[in-house]
Amino acid sequence: MQSNKKNNKPLVKMENAGVFSDGRWLVRGVSLQIYRNSIVTLIGPNGSGKTTTGKLILNILKADEGKVLLSTHRIGYVPQKINIDWTVPLRVSDFMGLTGRISQSKINEALSLTGVEHLYNNNLTNLSGGEFQRVSLARAIAKKPDLLILDEPVQGVDFNGEIKLYDLIKQISEEINCGILLISHDLNFVMSSTDHVICLNGHVCCSGSPQDVAKNASYIELFGEQAATTLSLYSHKHDHTHNPDRSISK
Amino acid sequence: MFDDFFVRALIAGIGIAIIAGPIGCFVVWRRLAYYGDTLAHSGLLGVTLGFILGINMSLSVFIISTTIAFLLLLLQKKTKLTGDALLGLLAHSSLAIGLVIIAIASSIRIDLMGLLFGDILSVSNNDIILIWGGGVAILIVLFVIWKSLFAATVNYDLAKAEGMNPDRSNYIFTILIAGVIAISIKMIGVLLITGLLLIPPAMSRNFSLSPKEMVVFSIIGGVISVIFGLFGSLEFNTPSGPSIIVVSLMLFFLSLFFRRGHNSIRLK
Repeated sequence: MQSNKKNNKPLVKMENAGVFSDGRWLVRGVSLQIYRNSIVTLIGPNGSGKTTTGKLILNILKADEGKVLLSTHRIGYVPQKINIDWTVPLRVSDFMGLTGRISQSKINEALSLTGVEHLYNNNLTNLSGGEFQRVSLARAIAKKPDLLILDEPVQGVDFNGEIKLYDLIKQISEEINCGILLISHDLNFVMSSTDHVICLNGHVCCSGSPQDVAKNASYIELFGEQAATTLSLYSHKHDHTHNPDRSISK
Repeated sequence: MFDDFFVRALIAGIGIAIIAGPIGCFVVWRRLAYYGDTLAHSGLLGVTLGFILGINMSLSVFIISTTIAFLLLLLQKKTKLTGDALLGLLAHSSLAIGLVIIAIASSIRIDLMGLLFGDILSVSNNDIILIWGGGVAILIVLFVIWKSLFAATVNYDLAKAEGMNPDRSNYIFTILIAGVIAISIKMIGVLLITGLLLIPPAMSRNFSLSPKEMVVFSIIGGVISVIFGLFGSLEFNTPSGPSIIVVSLMLFFLSLFFRRGHNSIRLK
C-alpha cells in the first residue's frame, strides 16, 4: 500500500479544503488523497459534510479555502439521490449511456456485475430502491472510470444485499483498477472493503485504517460506544472471511 | 387548390411544430412551463418595441425574451423569492409594460388580437424563410447540446461530475426557447405559444418508452395539430392559434386511451 502510494500520483489530492455557505462552514480543513486501486471511506453523522466533500472533489462545489486537485476526467458518480420525474421516459438502457456513448457489451458487463441485467428494458421509475442503486452503480462503472465516487450507494438495499454490494465495490476497485471514494454513515459494513477511513464532522475528526478509527476516542464519542462495539464484533467476523473457503460466518 | 396565404400558413405552421416538439419535450421534462409562458408574455413588449424602433419583429421579440431570461437569473441571485413568484412578476409586468406602451404610442396601429392569438393571414414568404432557417439553426444547436442538456435534466450533479458542462447547455437552452418564441409568435400568438410547446409532448409521453420516441411523437402530434387546426380555421373561420391548440388538446385526450408501458407487469 505504502509503496503503491509512492509510485502513483494520487487521482485526487485535497489540501485543507473548505466550503463556506450562508454564513457557516459546511466543511473545513479537509485533506485527503485517493489513489488507484484503493478505497477511501468518508463516514460521519448526517450533516457532517460528507456529500459536500464529495461534491468538492467532483468540482460541483468550489472550495472557498484550500485546494482540490483532480488529475482525471474519467469519473463515475453515484449521487445520494436521483429523482427522476415521471415525465422523462427513461429506461435502464437509456440511463446507462447518459453521460457518454458506451458500447452494448460494456453495458451488459456492468449490469451483470451488479446483478441487474434482467432490468435492461425497465423504466427507471418502476425500479425498487435497491434495484435503482444497483443500476446507478452499474452506470457509473460501465465506462471503466479512473475515479468512482459513491455517495451512500447501499441506500434502500436490504441487510444481506448491503454486504454483497460492498463486496462488489471492493471487487470493482480491483477489476477496473480505479480509486474509490465511498461515502457512508455506517462504518460497520464498509470495514472489510475499505483501506482508509476518514471520520468527518464538519472537519476531519480522525482518520486512518478502519481498525484504528474504530478505536479512536473521537470516533467513539461521535458514534457512541455501541458503534465501536458492533464494529469490533464485525471485525472479528471479518477475520473469518480470510479462511480458504472465503465464507462469511454469521 | 388553396389560396397562397393558406399554403404559406401550412408551411410555416409545420415548421413551427417540428421545432416546438423537441424544445417542448425539454420544457416539460425540466418543468419550465411557466418559464416558457413568461418569455412568451414578454413577447408583446418585444413586438411593440420592434414597431417603435422599426426593427424586425422576431428579432425584437428574441432580444426581449433573452433579456427577460437573464433578468430572471439576475433576480434569482438578488432575492430569495421563489422561482414561480419571480416568473409571475416578470410575465405580468412585461405584458403590462407592452400594453401601456401600445396605449401611449397612439401612432402605432397594432392588431392586438392577432398578436395575442396568432394570425395566419400575416404569414409572409419572409416569415417562412425565418421560421425554417431559424428552426434548422435551433435544431442543430439542440442536437449539439442534447447529451449534456439531457444529462443535466436527469441530474445536474451527475452531469457536472462526469464532465458534461451542464451550465453552458442550460444557458444555451434558454436562448433556444427565446428563439422558438420569436419565430412562432406571429403565427401562434403570445398567449398560446406555450400550449404548442407543452401539449404535444404531454400527449406523446403517454405512449413513449424513451426520450427519443417522445420527441418524435411530439413532432408528429404537433404537425397533425397544425394541419387540422389550420384546415379547421379556414373551414370555420376561427383564429389559427386557438384552432391548432384545440386539435392538440383533442390528440392529448385521445392519447390517454393508447397508453404504453405504464402498467407493465414485472417479474421479480
